Amino acid sequence: MQYMLVFNETKSDFAARDDAEKAPRYWGAWTAYIGAMAQAGIVIGGNGLQPPHTGTTLRIRDGARHLTDGAAVQDGPYADSKEQLAGYMIIDVPDLDAALEWAARSPAAATGSAEIRPVLPPMPTP
Amino acid sequence: MDLAHRAAERTARESYGRLVALLAARTRDVAAAEDALAEAFRAALQAWPATGVPDRPEAWLLTAARRILGHNHRHARVRSTAATTLALLHDEAAQPDAAATPDPRLNLMFVCAHPAIDAAIQAPLMLQTVLGLDAARVAACFLLPPAAMGQRLVRAKAKIRDAGIAFALPEPRDLPARLDAVLAAVYAAYGTAWDDAFTVAPTRADLAEEAIWLARLLTALLPDAPEAKGLLALMLHCEARRPARRDATGAFVPLTRQNPALWTRPFILEAEAVLTEAARANRPGRFQIEAAIHSVHAQRAITGATNWPAITALYALLARLSPTLGVRVAQAAATAEAGNAAAGLALLDAIAPACLAYQPWWACRAHTMRLLGRSDDAQDAFRRAALLSPDPAIRTHLLAQLAP
Repeated sequence: MQYMLVFNETKSDFAARDDAEKAPRYWGAWTAYIGAMAQAGIVIGGNGLQPPHTGTTLRIRDGARHLTDGAAVQDGPYADSKEQLAGYMIIDVPDLDAALEWAARSPAAATGSAEIRPVLPPMPTP
Repeated sequence: MDLAHRAAERTARESYGRLVALLAARTRDVAAAEDALAEAFRAALQAWPATGVPDRPEAWLLTAARRILGHNHRHARVRSTAATTLALLHDEAAQPDAAATPDPRLNLMFVCAHPAIDAAIQAPLMLQTVLGLDAARVAACFLLPPAAMGQRLVRAKAKIRDAGIAFALPEPRDLPARLDAVLAAVYAAYGTAWDDAFTVAPTRADLAEEAIWLARLLTALLPDAPEAKGLLALMLHCEARRPARRDATGAFVPLTRQNPALWTRPFILEAEAVLTEAARANRPGRFQIEAAIHSVHAQRAITGATNWPAITALYALLARLSPTLGVRVAQAAATAEAGNAAAGLALLDAIAPACLAYQPWWACRAHTMRLLGRSDDAQDAFRRAALLSPDPAIRTHLLAQLAP
């Protein structure tokens, strides 16, 4: 079965990416994790994502486009503890327990969270 | 009724969960398995009066249900893949060999109590899929409207199917924690029956029997799990007291004032035997200790007195292993009964902030205050305990303590 592991990180995780002192450890943990997945031959695909403030959210209401800057979303009262989407991997493993096992090893699980979602099977051909 | 009907009913009771587990193992689709099985039972009731009851009714039902399942699967084009259809056809051709494989109901129970399933729905899910109880009855037992319970069960089954929860036993490393969840779900089914055995509709009491049945099944399927035996012993001890929990007028009788002659002796004897067997493994756990506490209470039938120091020691052990509020209140009660009311009160004070709306805490505080001779504090606590009691018989019992 294919699962998407959705990684959510905290503001301080995102900050660690560019912090001279913390960056080596941050990137080292992710590199080791993704390397282990690749070695296990379960990776279908995946990516890290630029931080939330680089994002733009689009809604079309009554035919008009409404855009929201990603930074606006982050400036809530709980911005420090709020987890934000940081990346995803799609893996192919036999069952939920195997997917949970991989999710548990992700650096995000220890500081933010990892959601495990089964990928919808292909749409039936008409 | 006729032979065919009785055979179908007997097979349903004994093999419902096994058939659901076998049918759902491949597709993980419990709801489809249940539908196919229901259709197979209907077919049996039509066919058996004419053809006679087959030698192996369970195998007959399995084959019929697999055919129905395969047929539905091939026609439900949505999400169907050729591979699954072929696998189902293969299963259909294979002869079921019950003796060669472990009982699939065990896998089904682990699926129902998987940590990815909402804890509140695990017990209802197990009662429905392993025992075949209908949603309306399960709903009544868990005090939910049938539609709401039905919806939650449907959602849980969809999660099992779509999230890919494996119909396999957990890894040995995960087994103890996963078994705890299974046992907790069985105990939740029993606890539901126990809390309300005397207050709500009498049908609710039936669930106690179902929970004990599940615990027996677990002890049979997992002979090396002492906690499963502990749970069975615990529930049998509780069941033994059922006839003594109310007096002739329906008034609540606390355990310490129950007449031991009213306790059901065969249940006590079985509980003791099962607990002794569990203790041989020398791996104590929450359920074994709780059963041991009940076992000490049961000895009053023989000795005429309750060994409170023994009970206090067991509660201290239990509180270290499983420091829930319920356990800590019970530990305080036992300490007070053992002659150390001041220490009992100290245990209660230590958890006071979390217990302001917790009925057992107030009831225990009331008794402890009375033992300490602080009658004003006792009166106040009895009143608050009574206000927090959902059971009218227990409320009456507590208010009766207010009289000087």
